[in-house]
Amino acid sequence: MAKNQGELTAVLVGKKKEQRRLERKAAAKNGVWQNIVLGSLIPAILILIWELLSRVGFFPSYQLPAPTVILEKIVEMARDGSLFGHIGITTYRVFVGFILGTIAAVVLGALVGFYQKVEQLFDPMIQAFRSIPSLAWVPLFILWMGIGEPSKITMIAVGVFFPVYLNIVSGIFSVDRKLIEVGKMYGLNSFQLVRRIILPASLPSFLVGMRSGLGLGWMFVVAAELMGASQGLGFLLVFGQNMAQPETIIASIILFAIIGKLSDWVLKKIELRSLHWQDRVVK
Amino acid sequence: MSLALRNVSRTFNNVTAVQNINLDIKPGEIVGLLGTSGCGKSTLLRAISGLDNEYDGEIEINGQVTKEIHDTTGFIFQEPRLLPWLNVLDNVTFGLNGKRNDKEHRAIEYLESVGLIGKEKLYPRELSGGMAQRVAIARALVTSPEILLLDEPFSALDAFTKMQLQDLLLDIWKIYQSTIVLVTHDIDEALFLCDRVVVLRGQPGEVATEITIKEERPRNRGSEHLARIKSEILDCLDLSGTKS
Ligand SMILES: Nc1ncnc2c1ncn2[C@@H]1O[C@H](COP(=O)(O)OP(=O)(O)O)[C@@H](O)[C@H]1O
Ligand SMILES: [Mg+2]
Repeated sequence: MAKNQGELTAVLVGKKKEQRRLERKAAAKNGVWQNIVLGSLIPAILILIWELLSRVGFFPSYQLPAPTVILEKIVEMARDGSLFGHIGITTYRVFVGFILGTIAAVVLGALVGFYQKVEQLFDPMIQAFRSIPSLAWVPLFILWMGIGEPSKITMIAVGVFFPVYLNIVSGIFSVDRKLIEVGKMYGLNSFQLVRRIILPASLPSFLVGMRSGLGLGWMFVVAAELMGASQGLGFLLVFGQNMAQPETIIASIILFAIIGKLSDWVLKKIELRSLHWQDRVVK
Repeated sequence: MSLALRNVSRTFNNVTAVQNINLDIKPGEIVGLLGTSGCGKSTLLRAISGLDNEYDGEIEINGQVTKEIHDTTGFIFQEPRLLPWLNVLDNVTFGLNGKRNDKEHRAIEYLESVGLIGKEKLYPRELSGGMAQRVAIARALVTSPEILLLDEPFSALDAFTKMQLQDLLLDIWKIYQSTIVLVTHDIDEALFLCDRVVVLRGQPGEVATEITIKEERPRNRGSEHLARIKSEILDCLDLSGTKS
C-alpha cells in the first residue's frame, strides 16, 4: 500500500518535472536567441562598415579586401575542394596531437598524483620543462623528426600535455580527504578508491585541463604549419603572404576561429554532460 | 561485537587531545560519549573506527587488538559526506555489494525509513542539510553494520526529524543488535538512547564519570528519572559554574 503510494507520487512528480523541464527548455531557447542577436549586433555593424569602406576604396584591396571578397575566396576553395583538404589535415593534426598529449598527461599525472615517490622523481623535472616556452622545441623536433607529420604532431602533443597534466595533478591533490574516508569506511582498496572516488572527484579539473589543452593545440598547429607544410590552414597563411593574397590569410584566420570554437563547444558539451551534478552556476 | 579501549591517548603535534581512556563495551550495548566541544570525542571515535591509527594504547574489537578499519563497522559523520556525483539512491548503495537490483531494493527500504521516498534521483546539491544527513544515515544503516559509530549525527537536524531518527536508530538496533557508540553533546539524546553514558571532560579530555541508565525502552523523553540523571551530568560537567 505504502509502496504503491510511493510509486504514484513518483509518477506524479515525474510528470510535473517533465513539464517544468520543457518550460525551462523553452525559456532557455528564447534566452539563447536573444543572446545570439545581441552578441552579433556589433560585429554585424562593424562588418558592414568594413564592407562599405572597402567598396569606396578607403582600405586598399591588396591590404584589406572586403568581407565579400573573403567570403568569395572561401566559397571558391570549397568549390574546387581544396578547402576540405586544408581543414581536414589541420584538424587531424590537432586531434592526434591532442589525444597523444592527453594520454601522456593522464598516465604521468595519475602516477604523480597517486605515488609520492613518482612525484618526487618526476614533478620537479616536469615543472622545469614547463618553464620552457613550448615553441622553443620546434627546431629540435624538426631536426630530429624532419618536417613531416611526426614533428608537427609531437609539437602539438607537447603543447597539450602541460595544461592537462597540471590540472590532473592538482585535481587529484585536491580531492576532499573526507570523501576518501567514506570510501575507506566501506573497505575500498586503493584501486577502488581511485576508481570510485578520486577519479570522479578530479574529473572537473581534468576537463578544465582538456579545454585549455585543446586551445593550446590550435595555437601550436599554426606554429607547426607555419614552419613548413604543403597543406593545412597554417600553410594557407604562409601561402597567402607569399602570393600577396590577404583574402587567403583572412579566410584562413576565420576558418581557424570557426573550427577552434566548434571543437571547444564539443568539449564543453561533454563537460556539461558529465558534470551535471556540480553545484555551480550553469554557464 | 564487543569493543574495548585500553589506555587510549591521542596527541597531535605535542598537544594531547584525549588521554588514558579505558572503556569496555559489550556486544549490543549503546554507549554515549558526552562532553563539551573540543574535549576529544570525535578524536576518540576516529581511533575506534581505524580511520586514525596514530593513537597510543590499544583498541580491541571482539577480543582482537587491531588498528585496521573493520569491515563491519559503520560510521555516520558529523557532516553528510555524500558523493556529489552520485544521486541519492547510488549514494545509499555505495557500500553494498551484489546485484544492482538487490542493492537498490535494500536502499529503497532504508530510504523509506528515513522518509526520503521519491527523492532517489536527486543529487546532493539538490538536498537540504537535513535531507542530506538522512541519506548519510541510510547509507550507513543499509549495510547493517555490527559496530555503528555516530559522531553527533543528528545535531544539524530540526527537533522533529531528530526524534524521528532517534526512534529509527532504536528500531534498527532492535533488529540487528549492533554495538553503538554515539558521540553527542546533547544530554537528552544520550539519555534517551544509551545504556551507558561516558562523560568526558577537560583538555586533554578524560573520563569524568560513567552513568548506567537502567530505564526500560521505549523511554519517556520527559521522565523524572532521566531528568535527575541529567542534572547529575550537568553538575559533573560543571556547566552551572560557567553559567552564573
Ligand atoms: N587532525 C587534528 N590535528 C590537530 N589537532 C586536532 C586534530 N583533530 C582534533 N584536534 C584537536 O583535538 C581536540 C579535540 O578535538 P575533537 O575530537 O574534534 O573534539 P570534539 O569532537 O569533542 O568536539 C581539539 O582541541 C582539536 O583542536
Ligand atoms: Mg566533534
